[in-house]
Amino acid sequence: MRNRDYLLINLGLALLAAGFFIASIYVGRGGELLVAKLHAIDETDRSLAWLILKEVRLPRALLGLLVGATLGLTGAALQGLLRNPLAEPGLIGASSGAALGAVLVFYFGLAAGSAMFVPLGGVAGALISLGILYMLSGRNPSIVTLILAGVAISAFTSALTSLALSLAASPYAVYEIIFWLLGSFTDRSMDQVRFATPFMVLGVLLVSSTARGLDALTLGEDTAASLGFRQESIKARAVIGTGLAVGAAVSVTGVIGFVGLVVPHLVRPLVGHQPAKLLLPSALGGAAMLLAADLLVRLPMNGPEPKLGVVTSLIGAPFFLWLILRTRREAP
Amino acid sequence: MELRVENLRASLGGARVLRGPSFDARGPSFIGLVGPNGAGKTTLIRAVANLIPFEGNISLDGMDVGAIEPRARARKIAYLAQGAESHWPLSVERIVALGRLPHLEPFRAPVPSDEVAIERAMELADVTRFRDRDVLTLSGGERARALLARALAVEAELLLVDEPVASLDPYHQLGVMEVLRTYVDQGRMVIAVLHDLSLAARYCDRLILLDEGQIRADGAPAEVLTAETLRSVYRVEALIGGEGRSFHVMPVKRVE
Repeated sequence: MRNRDYLLINLGLALLAAGFFIASIYVGRGGELLVAKLHAIDETDRSLAWLILKEVRLPRALLGLLVGATLGLTGAALQGLLRNPLAEPGLIGASSGAALGAVLVFYFGLAAGSAMFVPLGGVAGALISLGILYMLSGRNPSIVTLILAGVAISAFTSALTSLALSLAASPYAVYEIIFWLLGSFTDRSMDQVRFATPFMVLGVLLVSSTARGLDALTLGEDTAASLGFRQESIKARAVIGTGLAVGAAVSVTGVIGFVGLVVPHLVRPLVGHQPAKLLLPSALGGAAMLLAADLLVRLPMNGPEPKLGVVTSLIGAPFFLWLILRTRREAP
Repeated sequence: MELRVENLRASLGGARVLRGPSFDARGPSFIGLVGPNGAGKTTLIRAVANLIPFEGNISLDGMDVGAIEPRARARKIAYLAQGAESHWPLSVERIVALGRLPHLEPFRAPVPSDEVAIERAMELADVTRFRDRDVLTLSGGERARALLARALAVEAELLLVDEPVASLDPYHQLGVMEVLRTYVDQGRMVIAVLHDLSLAARYCDRLILLDEGQIRADGAPAEVLTAETLRSVYRVEALIGGEGRSFHVMPVKRVE
């Protein structure tokens, strides 16, 4: 793997993501194209088409790009940090915390107040669960403590989400919560994109700053420390960055599973398994995969649109199983 | 290069492991750290590498090791853990390149001097032939040499190695000891935790015999490894013979 190959891989994935991004803007339900309408003779048709482009399609495509990149990159980083190929961004509990925060907004009927209340609740949920993770696991937690605390938080917040569902006063709230939890990019506004982007960018930058530390961790924590990397700093940046970025993503789109798990796996052999080199192509690959999945859910002409989170899990779960089987075969 | 260890005390899980060993060492020198299991050898070199909290003083050229900025310290002191392993199937060359991490400027790619150091380390450890092989598919002996090359690539003045020849066959044991000897002869210091007393005696300039967290003997190998110290510290009767490169110790019987 020389530098030129690495450049080509990134370029290829970037082109793929860009292609799906453009397609995401122009392709509608049942594969209908917007291009014709943009050049329509009729003034009203034309302005309507532009409105759809700007207010409906653009935020949707931007979310695909940003959330996909976030999930791919944080997944790759957490797998490097925990030195475990089965790690994914949801592991540290921030995404289920974000989901709970958003669900509580629906539960108390605040969602109708402003389109921003749900993402706000989500980010608050993510931050609170990060705080709890920090309290549970201490300043320089062992990998096992980190995973156990994350699992405990996930389980607890999921239970609270279920409680909110079962106690919800109106069937309408239940319906809203369930649909939101399934994860989707539909009917999101530019306001929501603008709200979540700074968190995602900050989180992704924090996580990216650990790249060389993740490489050093390939040889274990002691060796990484002897190479001059402060363990607590690497863990804190990777975990807080992931929590911020994924929490913000979930708070706008709902839970979208398996992208953060699957994409780093597909990319890893291409970059010679090196954790630092995995980050960028995982981000690009995550964006491409999520944009592609979001195009897939638009294909059915009639009936309700399948939810994005359902589709990614439908594709991701069998892959996960294959991964486990392969790991078992390779184990001595 | 001068290493000074003074009245070192450290505990593991509440039990006191080091009870105040002190020694000075001036490079270039190949120092073997020997002693029975649980004597505190690993704890001692982990303290020197600043990987565990300790009381007492450890200084390098008059500077407290704890006070040196971590990246600068990582350029001065390299550490090879016992049974070090790679968690990902990286190529040998990439593993060795990790040794240059303390030398890299933030956000900058490796420079030619890093490439040279990587080549030199691979050459010294004799792993250049399989530089593109996945490190996890190598045999135990080859893998040990690849990971040793990673530590050599740091080009630190002080290299700490914990049982570098454990689980290796005689051919690879001699190979690793020769590599370490060459590294010292290039003007550096190596402190190696060793259990094979014959190997330690033949390749090291000086042995430090540790027992129950204290230094029991310190000096030239033949002075340290006497029938008396082997009996009192290791609790074995041993046959001792030869001189210089053919010095050997063969334990034959436990002392009741």
